[in-house]
Amino acid sequence: MSRPAAVAAALLVLASVPLWVGNSYYVNIASQILIYAVFALALNVLVGYAGLVSLGHAGLFGIGSYALAWLLADGWGHLPAALAALLLILGASAVFAVLSLRATGIGFLMITLALGQILWGLAYRWISLTGGDNGINVNSRPAPFGVALDGATPFYYFTLILFLAAVGSMAVFVASPFGASLKGTRDQPRRMTALGYNVWLIRFLAFLFSGFWSGVAGLLFCYYNEFVSPNVLALGSSAEVLLMVISGGTGTLLGPIAGAALVVIMKNVASAYIERWNLVLGAIFVAIVIFMPEGLVPGSVRLWRWLWTGMRRAPARGGAR
Amino acid sequence: MSQWLLLGVNSVSLGGLLFLLSAGFSLIFGLMRIPNLTHGSFFMLGAYFGVTLLQLGWNFWLAALVAAVGIAAVGGVIERLLLRRLAGQELAQVLVTLGLSFMIADLCLMVWGGDPIPFDAPPGLRGALPIASIVFPTYRLVVVVIAVVIAAALWLLLERTRLGAMIRAGVDDEAMARVTGIRVSRIFTIVFCLGAAVAGFAGVIGGPILSVYPGLDGDMLPLALIVVILGGTGSLLGALLGSLIIGFLYNYGQVLFPELAYIILFLPMLLILLFRPQGLFGRHVP
Amino acid sequence: MSALAIKGLGKAFGGLRVTAGVDLTVAEGERRLIIGPNGAGKTTLFNLITGELRPDSGAIALFGRDITALPSRLRPHLGLARTYQIITLFPRESLLQNVTLSLLGRSPLRWNPFRRLDRQTALLAAARAALGRVGLEALAERPLAQTSYGERRRVEIAMALAQQPRLLLLDEPFAGLSVDERKEVHALLRSIPRDVTVVMIEHDMDVALELAERITLMHFGEVVVEGTRAEVVAHPRTREIYLGG
Repeated sequence: MSRPAAVAAALLVLASVPLWVGNSYYVNIASQILIYAVFALALNVLVGYAGLVSLGHAGLFGIGSYALAWLLADGWGHLPAALAALLLILGASAVFAVLSLRATGIGFLMITLALGQILWGLAYRWISLTGGDNGINVNSRPAPFGVALDGATPFYYFTLILFLAAVGSMAVFVASPFGASLKGTRDQPRRMTALGYNVWLIRFLAFLFSGFWSGVAGLLFCYYNEFVSPNVLALGSSAEVLLMVISGGTGTLLGPIAGAALVVIMKNVASAYIERWNLVLGAIFVAIVIFMPEGLVPGSVRLWRWLWTGMRRAPARGGAR
Repeated sequence: MSQWLLLGVNSVSLGGLLFLLSAGFSLIFGLMRIPNLTHGSFFMLGAYFGVTLLQLGWNFWLAALVAAVGIAAVGGVIERLLLRRLAGQELAQVLVTLGLSFMIADLCLMVWGGDPIPFDAPPGLRGALPIASIVFPTYRLVVVVIAVVIAAALWLLLERTRLGAMIRAGVDDEAMARVTGIRVSRIFTIVFCLGAAVAGFAGVIGGPILSVYPGLDGDMLPLALIVVILGGTGSLLGALLGSLIIGFLYNYGQVLFPELAYIILFLPMLLILLFRPQGLFGRHVP
Repeated sequence: MSALAIKGLGKAFGGLRVTAGVDLTVAEGERRLIIGPNGAGKTTLFNLITGELRPDSGAIALFGRDITALPSRLRPHLGLARTYQIITLFPRESLLQNVTLSLLGRSPLRWNPFRRLDRQTALLAAARAALGRVGLEALAERPLAQTSYGERRRVEIAMALAQQPRLLLLDEPFAGLSVDERKEVHALLRSIPRDVTVVMIEHDMDVALELAERITLMHFGEVVVEGTRAEVVAHPRTREIYLGG
């Protein structure tokens, strides 16, 4: 199948989801997948293309959610509240970036982790602002161009449009000269400096881009749940989205989307049977890192080949004895 | 006046606990180049082990020591079975410790339930000690003494023994340590077990102050992180100073700005990152 | 005006002095060879010139402009380019993309996140031309990981030339090459126009001597002898340090 045909088929499938899944519970799960896909794509800008692994991205996601909920509760309209929240996210991303880009590699991971924990602590303990454990309720969803988003299906399409915008902007970004510069800083930062690139600034801008889309996902999540609580910013959330990126395969456009679908479905299925999602999350993390570091899709292929050749060899060996 | 002094004692005792938690964290980081994200879990698991033994009627100090040994074993298994397989892949190692921390947290929740379990200080240390017209809580003073003793022991181990010299060489330059024929991998295991043991021990002796509850790991891990960012990786002195700073900020912050105490805790870390990213006593940026 | 003027340059790691009081002046258009035993501080000198290392003392001027405190990333924009002793290319990319990154480094286009890189025909044509200059045009689409050592050496040179340098620093361009490849690289270096000043570190005296007009001999971080080819070769200290060893 040619590339445009594949894209058209994918669009058709995505656009028709509410028609064939029927039940609004599943439509909502589809919306959840799209929201997390936007989030995972955003994180992948850093993990996959900049080689910077952030464990604090739930903080940026959560700032989006909280800012929106707080401004709406304060009586702002939907559009101004969303725009103000996005501005705040950009500001927070800039602060995150300035602090965490003091280091790379493990240092970067550790600093983003600490920054994410600060925001989680704030949400949890600054009760007069955030409502603490009780969180903040959002009483209404917006109605862009007069279309109310209250039902599962309209909200799915709203999410789909933003998801497509995210995928489109990522595709353009990755193929652009700036995207090539970013990948260069991932592979050979020293060489990039010697070629005249400002490595720090390239990473900083990539961080803003990543933070922006994380924030958009956070806004969507806030509207989706019509509620926000400190759980959104917990380390578990950062780990979840990182798992999406890693399980799908970093540095590709489709990987994080597949990873988001996988993790969201697993989480919903797992929670139907057992209470212990975190146990499953942790186990998958360990298993993937040890057995399939390149991601689930390429990893499964490799594992399958290994098993296949192993099976074909085993009887032969047995016969020799 | 006496209230502030009391707060000071509380700060020093919390600082002592944090030192026990972060000394191992810092050494592991310095040597293996990874932040061990299960370190908070070791602390919590140690506390749960300890409280279980106490409920069986064990002596407090014996329970703390046995819990420490138990956690050292857990750490040893993790290092040997998982981290060892990923030698040299620091990112993968960190992600494994992250995954394990989630698993340990959930398993603890299954075994010990969702409610906090308070436990008492050993009998005889529960009261208060009047010193020069101020009444100090005895147990917190004991915690300070224990922390000082362990700090001194760790210092002696690092500075005065052959093993310590090897660890220091590894912290300074892993490649150099390899060249000089030191069996780095065995030292990794020893340091990982030692760090885990001290963290687990801290969990038990911290119990009478903090109690033990689901989420204790998530509360302690960030504190170890800030302490190490403040003090610099692989530096015992840095861990000590960082722990005391955090101990004071935590206690005074809670009284002065209850809602923002958590933020105040992180402020020195932000300043350090901006102006001295290698930490107060660190040799290189992590 | 000299292309490169270095005065009293010093750098120490811990207690170890790797360059000490180095003075070096290279005229515009000159071909300069820097020789010396291992550990003489030659590559450190390059790293100081490009700004990858900060000197402890001394000053560096590029075409009359003092660049001692200038950030490393700005120096290529003043016409400074280098190749590396240990090859530091982009292994996942094709040869064309490697050279394209080099060209982008001096183009404002590198900041553009909207246009498609594979549609930048002028840039790509220039990259192909740069590869053509080192005889690798036919391999443009091949991933770097699938090329030979000698080919990568030439990619290094193509990337440095693509930066349109005024001062080109070559760190052992002949290292690890076969006899035939040496000849090719030799011809390539000869073809560099005279408006580019070249400073080269090289151990292989046979090939390098012929390219150089003046030679600087370094030993233990200091400049020991400097002069024309004949002067340096004839100098007793050269025999003692370099040829004698």
